[in-house]
Amino acid sequence: MKTYRKFLNFFMLSLSTFMAIYGIFWLFWILYSLLVNGFKYLKPELIYLDPTPAGVEGGGLRHAFVGHLILTSLGTLIGVPIGIAAGIFFSEYARHNKLFAIFRQITDIMVSTPSIVIGAVVYALLVKPLGHFNGLAGAVALALLMIPVIAITTDEMLKLVPQQMREAAYALGAHQWQVIKSVILRAAKVGILTGVLLGVARISGETAPLLFTSFNNAYMNLNLMKPVASLTVTMFDYVMGPYKYWHEQAWAAAFVLTMGVLLLSITAKLVLHGNLIKPLTYIVRSFTRSKDKEE
Amino acid sequence: MPEVMTSLKERMKVVNLSFYYGKNQVLKNINMPIYDKRITALIGPSGCGKTTLLRCFNRMHDLYPGNRYEGDILLDNKSIFDRDVDLIDLRSRVGMVFQKPTPFPMSIFDNVAFGLRLKGIKGSELKDRVEQALKDSALWDEVKDRLKDSAFSLSGGQQQRLCIARAIAVEPEVLLFDEPTSALDPISTAKIEELIIELKKKVTIVIVTHNMQQAARISDYTGFMYLGELIEFNPTEKIFTKPDKKLTEDYITGRFG
Repeated sequence: MKTYRKFLNFFMLSLSTFMAIYGIFWLFWILYSLLVNGFKYLKPELIYLDPTPAGVEGGGLRHAFVGHLILTSLGTLIGVPIGIAAGIFFSEYARHNKLFAIFRQITDIMVSTPSIVIGAVVYALLVKPLGHFNGLAGAVALALLMIPVIAITTDEMLKLVPQQMREAAYALGAHQWQVIKSVILRAAKVGILTGVLLGVARISGETAPLLFTSFNNAYMNLNLMKPVASLTVTMFDYVMGPYKYWHEQAWAAAFVLTMGVLLLSITAKLVLHGNLIKPLTYIVRSFTRSKDKEE
Repeated sequence: MPEVMTSLKERMKVVNLSFYYGKNQVLKNINMPIYDKRITALIGPSGCGKTTLLRCFNRMHDLYPGNRYEGDILLDNKSIFDRDVDLIDLRSRVGMVFQKPTPFPMSIFDNVAFGLRLKGIKGSELKDRVEQALKDSALWDEVKDRLKDSAFSLSGGQQQRLCIARAIAVEPEVLLFDEPTSALDPISTAKIEELIIELKKKVTIVIVTHNMQQAARISDYTGFMYLGELIEFNPTEKIFTKPDKKLTEDYITGRFG
């Protein structure tokens, strides 16, 4: 009996370890080939030169970098406030309401909506009526993608705040909004920012919702009423294209985009968990303290 | 009733109070006075309704749907269930300290200033009131050099005293304690008990406690509750020496509970 249990324990442990390695292997394989190929073709011109006419070697993807930054930032700008507000609503105002519980479930499901569906919806709303693809529609599609992610994370993070902390604030005579603003949001800020970050990471890698909305543009364009190039759609086009230098530029762009998202999440984690900032403040404080003593 | 009881001022008064969670009746027809500047303890076995009763005093139950009160609670002879009662106002007059310390995610100073800022107090008055509250809760000497530090950097006992400071800063008339020491070690417990006794000079106190010795040590009056009913309410000394009811005696002597 004892040996059987020991064997079972060993077996299950090995199985889960193997499965974990199996899963991680593919992820690392993808990352590895991206890093190797991407880095190989990485040139500074990629960022500061606009594309050459098709078939003529050289040039860069400045237009797509700028466009991508605009689309992602604008999407974030629209999506974050709405997402956080929706999360606050679900957790703080509608927690005991059955109708809104259904809304929350739907939002939860929307987290995994195929992004092409969002693209199609925005196409109907903002592209068809205007008659042409435009950057604004792209940004809105990205915002719609990130809103459920942020709303659900915010809601979950707010629900993790102990009920007693809310009661303690109410017991001091606070209005609901004061409780939310000064106590609950503060207590949950790390979690909420993580949600925002997840949202930004999610939209910065999206292609499908942009295909039908901001489409693509071979030229630098800052007008949001016209098609705007994005890294992802450009990569898609370039990979499908016939020229070798297009493929190389797509690898390099993928590399930069991945590094950008990685850097963003690392920085945010360092700042949020205080690993980067806290040691600095401690150093500064200990320095000023010892100075005080000398005086 | 003994002479002293009737001559004291009643700060609050519970009149035929029943309370329902949905269809469940949790409190049954409770009548008791809360005497001004005295400590009233509520004791009884788990689930007897003592915390539920305590949370009626500042209408904390109103935060959740499906709760219903019947009967009345008077604060300074005025019903707290009247339509024109502002819950914000009620809760700044009837403060509360919880079982676990609940510091807010902000500095020590800001924690104590929280309720004061809600009342619109600013500047030097704010500073003075925070300092006074921290002194009154016997925490000032320990924190005066680190008011800007996070409240979470304090020990459990200090956090609980911070919560008391935060509650008394707004100068409530009544302060409710819901098992304030059940999460603390004996030394911190002793400090909190001392503090509560000191506080009764300024404020009326109601305390729920699991610990009968604690009730005996600090309270002036004790209510013994069982299955949602107030079995006996008497001066603490009487409850613990010659209670009127057999049930109280059985509980005090540890025959059940």
